[in-house]
Order: sequence, then structure tokens, then C-alpha cells
Amino acid sequence: MIGQSTVLAAEFPPSVEDFYLPSILPWGAHDSYWFTKITLLIWVSVAVIIIFFLVSYRKPQLVPTKKQWLAESLYGFVRNNIAVEMIGPRGVAFAPYLTTLFCFILLNNFFSIVPLIQISPNSHIAFPALLAVISYVMFIYVGVRHHGGLFKYLKAALIPPAPWFILPLLIPIEFFSNFMVRPFSLAVRLFANMFAGHMLLLVFTLGGFAMVSANVWFTPFSIVSWIMTIALTFLEFLVIVLQAYVFTVLTASYVQGALADEH
Amino acid sequence: MLAYLAAEGGETTEHNPIIPAWEEIVVGTVAFALLCFVLMKFVFPMMEKTFAARVDAIEGGLKRAEAAQAEANELLEQYRAQLSEARTEAARIRDEARADAEGIRQDVLAKAREESDRIIAAGRDQLAAQRESIVRELRTEVGTLAVDLASRIVGESLADEARSRGTVDRFISDLGAGTGTGRR
Repeated sequence: MIGQSTVLAAEFPPSVEDFYLPSILPWGAHDSYWFTKITLLIWVSVAVIIIFFLVSYRKPQLVPTKKQWLAESLYGFVRNNIAVEMIGPRGVAFAPYLTTLFCFILLNNFFSIVPLIQISPNSHIAFPALLAVISYVMFIYVGVRHHGGLFKYLKAALIPPAPWFILPLLIPIEFFSNFMVRPFSLAVRLFANMFAGHMLLLVFTLGGFAMVSANVWFTPFSIVSWIMTIALTFLEFLVIVLQAYVFTVLTASYVQGALADEH
Repeated sequence: MLAYLAAEGGETTEHNPIIPAWEEIVVGTVAFALLCFVLMKFVFPMMEKTFAARVDAIEGGLKRAEAAQAEANELLEQYRAQLSEARTEAARIRDEARADAEGIRQDVLAKAREESDRIIAAGRDQLAAQRESIVRELRTEVGTLAVDLASRIVGESLADEARSRGTVDRFISDLGAGTGTGRR
């Protein structure tokens, strides 16, 4: 009973500490982050994606095999429906990065509903923040290069075609929304979704256990609670795909904004 | 109970979910960089190449089909032109042959007509000549006969040659004049 409780981190209500499992190496340490379940999952996701693409695209053929078709349609989806759709013909150059980003987020999010894994590395803000910083740096770099200088890019990005007397109000707003909020909103949106999703599943799963152990007569409520867990898992699947898509689309949209000549 | 105590003990290292752990950032950076490197270097460019090759293959196929079609059309036109040329040639040859045949016929006809004319003329000449000679012979013979007959009937010898000749000639020309008017 005690063993089972520790495995399930049986503390109700669940807290932030449930997201910080003891590290794997050194075994059981609480303050070591180098090799935990989370970082292991990151490596696994990288390995899985690389192996999938390399294996399915080892010998590309004009008439694709099933695996090749799957890999191609993943790339083709991001390339045509995100990169080209948002950025235009120049978006093809960004399609490889956007596809990598999409696959990485999608698989890492997906870990949150895989049985026995059931936590997503993206519920630790370090990874969404890292990806958001890359997107941030990328769109600013693209903008600077496209407009031929930091000052010219800032001028294009910050000064909208508006009457001069309203500019003192508009420029700070534009700066705030374009250069301060964007990376935070990107990072926090993904992180919070995965964090909340995991928290929800924990609440309903552990809540069921808590009710059963409090009183045997609460068993029907526990069962309802666990059914809710299953339903929420489906909802979570929707969130997983949607958040991966949103992150990629927003990155593409920022790049598009940086490449735009007119405001 | 034990777990609860452990969790209580863990309170000392309270985690803030908004503060990223720098170790995780390092791990994430390395892992994501590796992923980007492999996919963007080895996989997606190949996909672009495959897409391009596929488009090329389809467009190339279309282009080849178009070229073949154009060639076929050209050949067809050529054959048609040759056929009509041959037809006009044949018609021309036929016309020529017809004209030749007509010419030959005319030639032959003209020659035959000429020949027949010639033969007719020759016959006519011969007839005229024979008639001429017969008339001449008859004239002398009739003269002699008449003289003989006259001498026998009259019983007198006509010693004077010149006188008798003049009489005969006069008689014959009278005779000729009489028959001449009757013949015409």
C-alpha cells in the first residue's frame, strides 16, 4: 500500500512537486536535473524522430512507399499548410525548421498521454522557453537581414502608418507586443497547457484513489473520476496537437511579419 | 503516511514551475540542436529534392507526350501533303496521257486522211492519164477506121494524105464538140 502510494505520488491534492520526479542518475536525488525522466524523454523524442525520418527516408523513391509517404506528408503538411500558407513562396526555406519544431513539440506533448510515461517535458518551462527563444531570435534575425539593418527593421516593425501625434502611444505598444510579449506568450502558452493538462489528469486519477482510501462507499465516485480521466485524455490529445500546431503557426507568422515590407 | 512525510521533507526544495532549471535548458538545447541538425541537413533537403524530381518527372512526361503528339501531327500533315501531291501528280499524268492519246489519234487520223487523199489523187491522176491515152488512141483508131470505112464506101483512094487528115480532124472536133456538150 505504501509502495503503491509512493509510485503514484499519492498526495492529494497534487502539487507542483509532482512535476519534479526524483532524478534517475543519481538515483532518487531531488536537486539533480541532468538525467531525470524529463530529460530522458527529451532524448527519446529526439531519437525517435531522427530514426523515424532516417529509416523512412533512407531510399526515397518517386513513387513513395507507405512509410515514405507518411514522412513526406508530415513535412508536406507543415511546408504547404503552415510555411507557404503563412509566409508565401519564401516560406519553403523555413519549412525544414518549422517541421522539426512541429515534430519535436508534438511528440513531447504526446508523452503526456502515453501510458506509463504520462508526463510531457513541455510541462517544464525550460523546453517551451528554449523553443520560444529560438523563434524570437529567428524572427528578429530574419527581419534585420531582410530590412538590411537593425534600425531599419525596428523602424518597419514599430512605426505604423499613422498620424504623427498618435505615434508616441503606438510605438511603445508595438514594441511591447512584438518584442516583449511574444516569447513569453509562446513559451507560457505551451507550458501552461501541458502543465494544466497533466495537473487535470493527476487531479482526477489521484482524486479517485483519495476517495477510495477515505471511504469504501465512495467507490462509485472514484469510478466516475477515472472515467473522467479517460475522457480528459482524449481532450488532452486535442490540446497536444493543437498546441504543437499553434506554436508552429505563430512562429511562422512572426517570421512572416518580419519579412513583410508594408505594415 | 511515509510518503506524506517524504513530501513534507521535500518542502525544503520547493520548485517554482515558472523558473526553468538551467540543466534542462542545456539538455534541451543540445538535444534540439542535434534534432535540427540531422533533420534539416539529411532529411528535409532530400524531401525537397524528391518533390522536385517528382514534379519534374510528371512535367517531363507531359512534355514528352506533347512532343510526341506534335511529331505525330507533323508526320500526319506531311503524309497528307504527300498524298495530295501524289494525287495531283496522278491526275496530271492522266491528263497528259489523255492529251497524248488524243494527239496520237489526231496524228494517225491526219496521216490516214492524207494517205487516202494521196491515194485518191494518185488514182484520179492515173485515171486522167489513162483516159488521156485512151482518147488519144481512140482518136487515131477512129480516124483510121473512119477513113478506111469512107474509102470503102466511097471507093475512092485518098492519095492526098494532108487533105484526108484535115477532113478527119474536122470531123472529130465536130464529134467532140457534140459529145462534150452532152457530157457536161
